[in-house]
Amino acid sequence: MIRVISFVVGVVFAGVLLIAMIGNLSTYFTSPPAPLPAEEFHKEPKPLKLASDGPFGRFDNQQLQRGFQVYSEVCSACHSLKLASFRELKGLGYNEAEIKKIASDWKTEVPSINPDTGEPATRKALPSDTFPAPFPNETAARAANNNALPPDLTLITKAREGGAAYVYSLLTGYQNQPAELLHKFPDAKTPPGLHYNPYFANLNIAMPQPIKGGEVTFADGTPNTLENEARDVAAFLVWAGEPNLGNRHAAGLAVVVFLLFASVLAYLAYRQIWHEAKRVVRATGPLDPENQAKTARAKAKAKIAG
Amino acid sequence: MSFSWAKPYEPKHPFMRWLDDRLPLPRIVYHATGPGYPVPRNLNLWWNFGVLAGIFLTIQIITGIVLAMHFYATADGAFNSVNQLIMRDVNAGWLLRYAHMNGASFFFIVVYVHIFRGLFYGSYKAPRELVWMLGLVIYLLMMATAFMGYVLPWGQMSYWGAQVITGFFSAFPLVGEPIRVWLLGGYAPDQAALTRFFSLHYLLPFVIAAVVILHIWALHIPGSGNPTGVDVKEEKDTLPFHPFYTAKDGWFAGAFLTLYAIVTFYAPNYLGHADNYIPANALSTPAHIVPEWYFWPFYAILRSFTADFILPAKLWGVLAMFTSILLLFFLPWLDKSPVRSGSYRPVFKRFFLLLIVDVIVLGYVGGAEINPFNIALGQIAAAYYFLHFLVILPIVSAFETPDPLPNSISESVLHGEAAEAAPAGQGKPRRGSVATAG
Repeated sequence: MIRVISFVVGVVFAGVLLIAMIGNLSTYFTSPPAPLPAEEFHKEPKPLKLASDGPFGRFDNQQLQRGFQVYSEVCSACHSLKLASFRELKGLGYNEAEIKKIASDWKTEVPSINPDTGEPATRKALPSDTFPAPFPNETAARAANNNALPPDLTLITKAREGGAAYVYSLLTGYQNQPAELLHKFPDAKTPPGLHYNPYFANLNIAMPQPIKGGEVTFADGTPNTLENEARDVAAFLVWAGEPNLGNRHAAGLAVVVFLLFASVLAYLAYRQIWHEAKRVVRATGPLDPENQAKTARAKAKAKIAG
Repeated sequence: MSFSWAKPYEPKHPFMRWLDDRLPLPRIVYHATGPGYPVPRNLNLWWNFGVLAGIFLTIQIITGIVLAMHFYATADGAFNSVNQLIMRDVNAGWLLRYAHMNGASFFFIVVYVHIFRGLFYGSYKAPRELVWMLGLVIYLLMMATAFMGYVLPWGQMSYWGAQVITGFFSAFPLVGEPIRVWLLGGYAPDQAALTRFFSLHYLLPFVIAAVVILHIWALHIPGSGNPTGVDVKEEKDTLPFHPFYTAKDGWFAGAFLTLYAIVTFYAPNYLGHADNYIPANALSTPAHIVPEWYFWPFYAILRSFTADFILPAKLWGVLAMFTSILLLFFLPWLDKSPVRSGSYRPVFKRFFLLLIVDVIVLGYVGGAEINPFNIALGQIAAAYYFLHFLVILPIVSAFETPDPLPNSISESVLHGEAAEAAPAGQGKPRRGSVATAG
């Protein structure tokens, strides 16, 4: 009975799937969906090599400091870094006095209250504070940015497919709309207020080109080209999203080496324990092929003929 | 426990004798995973995954309990407590979280291997039907736990995953929508849903642990199966669990945990989805809502039903998805072949291979972008999934002629025993004698 019911259920499901497939494919062939510009002109992120890549990757503090400079002098005008605190800048190689200064010099102050009146007020940031957001709330951020919301950057390299390479490609990917695109899709002209960028999912991004090269002067003398600025800020944002990356890679090496070592020891113990059990079953007599082979090997070793 | 030659528990230390007279807990352990449990001597590496599943359940419970100490189950605080407090400020919090995140994936990898091991070697057949069914209960509980755990960080995929999965219930006419609202505690996922998911996510692993005990208890009545599917007949067919299988499980667990460590430390977000690092936003739907990889085959089945044939497509999809798991409960009665092991079933073996390919295709389709070709591929694969279990398996099991079975387990692992009795040079090792050696 159970098999009769199951037979019916199986055939019904398969039948409904068949009907669905026929409908699906016939719709596709009779009225194929119109191609979209994003399908044809969207580009995968350019390859980007950073010091933090790979299992032995470590952050390059010089590069992180340059990237932080780009963030603080350019990006932080619109983008928050809400989950990171000033004290974490220690990971970039700054000392406590420098961190204190960076915090108190930060262009946005921290919301607070006036200790005498209780009125809302602001105070200078402390190393224990998270980076103050440039806008007090989403409405203010949208109002100042043509109704677009600049996303928080703390986790941006983890929150986008492609990670740091995506950030780097996006920053260096601003260009004019290709003539080919306009020729193929005359209606797809980038609307006013948006900017063409083939690395952005729908090709038109609200953010105007933020860096063109020359915005910052790097203290270590690195040329301030667009490429360098974009690469360094991408490296900094990897750090911002994953400040423990160095620890993680180091701890991972220790754990993997330990586990391999323990597994090999455990495997040898296993061989030792099972040796007896396997020998017992195999010791079935002189005609066992394995025993014959062993005998032959032993004879060859002892140089006994026959 | 199950065999007369099982080594009896004889505590030597006076304290252990004292304890054994009052609370025979060590005796139970001795007969469950100690020298007092005789196990077929020919188990291959596929049999290691049961113990591994237990190891991963333990890892999940330990890391999970510590994570729960730092987690805020509030719609405003959940995302930051995970991504700021735990990932940045808690000592080794990043390790706990990545170990827990990837531990879930590896728990599923292990359990999928364990399930397919059971499917191939007929572990669901008499007298182990209840072992199989309790295992499926564990699997269902795991799915519920994993889903609710994925909601807790309150990222975009958490939120929209909760939206989609609780939306399954609204496919049912009349009662569906009220059930969905009742489950969520509101019209959309919000504080009420988050708090109850956290509560259940903490509860269910302990329910799983309890069902695991039943699963092992039920297994120990007939004893473990084995790759030949032939019953244990005498003492030389078996070896005591300890030290033989503890040693074998030990090194294999070490090797498998190495793989787990490599992913956890070097590619912790590889198995996840980038969108879950964006805080939940009810006003912005992600471009592609996909569940975690271990649900992809079921998600593909759900999405394959695209036609309103008598019933709405969505209802077909939900019914098919539930059926795809529930049908496994009936497997012991669908596959009537008296031969347990797929090694001796030439026709079954081929279809089994096809099933594995089929499930991998379903997994691919479930995670891939929606386009007409992927949908058509998913529809073929989903149809085969149902036909395999509900139509092909019963027919094959009725008409197939199995290969000859070895007379006993020890014979199957002996080398040249058959040759022993034959005149010199004329004996041949039995077929399958090498292939099934443990």
